[in-house]
Amino acid sequence: MTLEKEQKKNNLQKVFEVIKTMASKPSGLIGLSILLFHVILAITSPLYVPYDYKAIDPSLMLQAPSSEYWFGTDSLGRDVFTRTILGGRTALTVTFFGSLIALLWGGALGIFCGLVGGKIDDVVMRIIDAFLSIPWILAMLLIVSLLGTTTLVLIPALGFFYGKGIVRVARAATHDVIAKDFIVSARARGHSNLSIIWNEILPNVRDAIMVEGAMRWSWMLLGFSSLSFLGFGVSPPTPDWGLMISNARGLMSFAYWAVLAPIFGLSSLIIGINLTADAFAKALGIDRSTKAPV
Amino acid sequence: MLLLVLKRILLGFITLFIVSLITFSGVEVLPGDACTTYLEREAYGAALEACYERLGLNTPAHERYISWAAGVLQGDFGYSLSGEMRINDVLGPRVKNSMVLASASILIGIPIALLLGIITALWRDKLPDIIISTITIFSMTIPEFISATLLILIVAIWLEWLPGIVIVPTGASISELLPNIILPVIAISMIMTAHMARMVRSSVIQVMASDYVQMAILKGVPYWTMVFKHVLPNALLPAINVVALTIAWLLGGVVVTEVVFNYPGLGRLVIESISNRDLPVVQALAIILASIYVSINLIADLMTLMLNPRLKSLQIKK
Repeated sequence: MTLEKEQKKNNLQKVFEVIKTMASKPSGLIGLSILLFHVILAITSPLYVPYDYKAIDPSLMLQAPSSEYWFGTDSLGRDVFTRTILGGRTALTVTFFGSLIALLWGGALGIFCGLVGGKIDDVVMRIIDAFLSIPWILAMLLIVSLLGTTTLVLIPALGFFYGKGIVRVARAATHDVIAKDFIVSARARGHSNLSIIWNEILPNVRDAIMVEGAMRWSWMLLGFSSLSFLGFGVSPPTPDWGLMISNARGLMSFAYWAVLAPIFGLSSLIIGINLTADAFAKALGIDRSTKAPV
Repeated sequence: MLLLVLKRILLGFITLFIVSLITFSGVEVLPGDACTTYLEREAYGAALEACYERLGLNTPAHERYISWAAGVLQGDFGYSLSGEMRINDVLGPRVKNSMVLASASILIGIPIALLLGIITALWRDKLPDIIISTITIFSMTIPEFISATLLILIVAIWLEWLPGIVIVPTGASISELLPNIILPVIAISMIMTAHMARMVRSSVIQVMASDYVQMAILKGVPYWTMVFKHVLPNALLPAINVVALTIAWLLGGVVVTEVVFNYPGLGRLVIESISNRDLPVVQALAIILASIYVSINLIADLMTLMLNPRLKSLQIKK
């Protein structure tokens, strides 16, 4: 009992230490603060938005920014400030759960393949390679256009598609530890495969997989907003940055504010997640600078 | 060596075969088929039967796959759904347009990326590195459609230097295309350059820290001789593979960029065919894009193999 408690305390301490290391460099601190800001905004913004995000009023069409409408209004007379601060909610939720799914299935399959090896591993890796060679956008568009654009389709679809890269990372990390002495001795002690995975392999590959998952999160956000931008993501009138940019793009020679506000929102969130993921990787001592974005 | 090359090519073909199976069965498994999407609400009774008959959809799936695959192997993708045109005729000009865009971006992007990567590595953590690295991080993290939209807003609308949107017909000649592709090329090569420059940078830094470079420094080899003779050849070799993966990854980004600039290439065809639910065209596009991906990787593998004497006698570690 006390031992378990101690272990828990140790784990918590480790988490704090990692966060402290991340925040000790300016880029990590900036990334963490941007991410935290966006998360807080996403959770609390419905409480204090000044206007209704779907209230259409033709008499207020394309108003320039003023003290009343801070970021102006869009072509349907909706308040751009309201829609911008609400615009990250769907994106953050979908991509967060999407990356969680990607992390779980990618990590599990990767560890399994790395451990089993042989024919099964060969076949699975060939299939993963094939999936990697289909451009993500084509596959996502096909799935979404045939199954619909609800969040219930988008989350598993994104989670599935961004998990295949994690399979490779998890497999490589497993390969690195599989020949180590402690695994050999665990086998000699007669531990089952499941116990070896849980107690010996997982603690050693966890860091690599988590860093990869954090990186996937920012790519998934990029993919998700590209889908929204192309009209295959969330459906209107849901406020979403990608959708807002694509709607306001046609009129940007006149109403540039309606484009710039969501651009600022989305760019800052992606940069925030990226800086955080980079700092996370560095805090855990993993170098990802030579990796390709696949 | 020859055996290794042959094995690589065979693996590429196996990958493409699996891709064709995935796309074919994906279209098969997902709800709706060519006829129900084409006829929409009238998809019942005699009309549906006639459509199945016309498109040959009433034969079993594996027979259709074999005849489709046989056609693809001979370079024939069959007929598109909406216009009942030959897919080859639809694809031809699009492939050419996208090739023009891609090769221009690569030709401009790679030299700049090499230069920036080498500069940032040699002046590591000094002012040039900090400035360039910050810019590259920004341009590689911001989504393509945002940088493209910003480019149009700033260069085309505010400064009025260049046209913002491409208005050329699909079958335009290269000389008609060229003045129009400046902004799209900047948008694509910006992201590509940023990715590559970062990889070149870390690769050069790694080699600079190696024993043989330290040795060369101790022997008193002049700095630039050392850089060009000892560092660069060794640093650029591992970068080739990563560069290839980056180019392939950008295929997805090119789709978005083409849509933003209204450029009549493969990317816009992807969106158009999916909006029209033109599944035969989607299948053809999947195969074509996957083949581009596989061949770029293959070329990179072969180049690494050829340039690296150590690998000539070795099996490549997968």
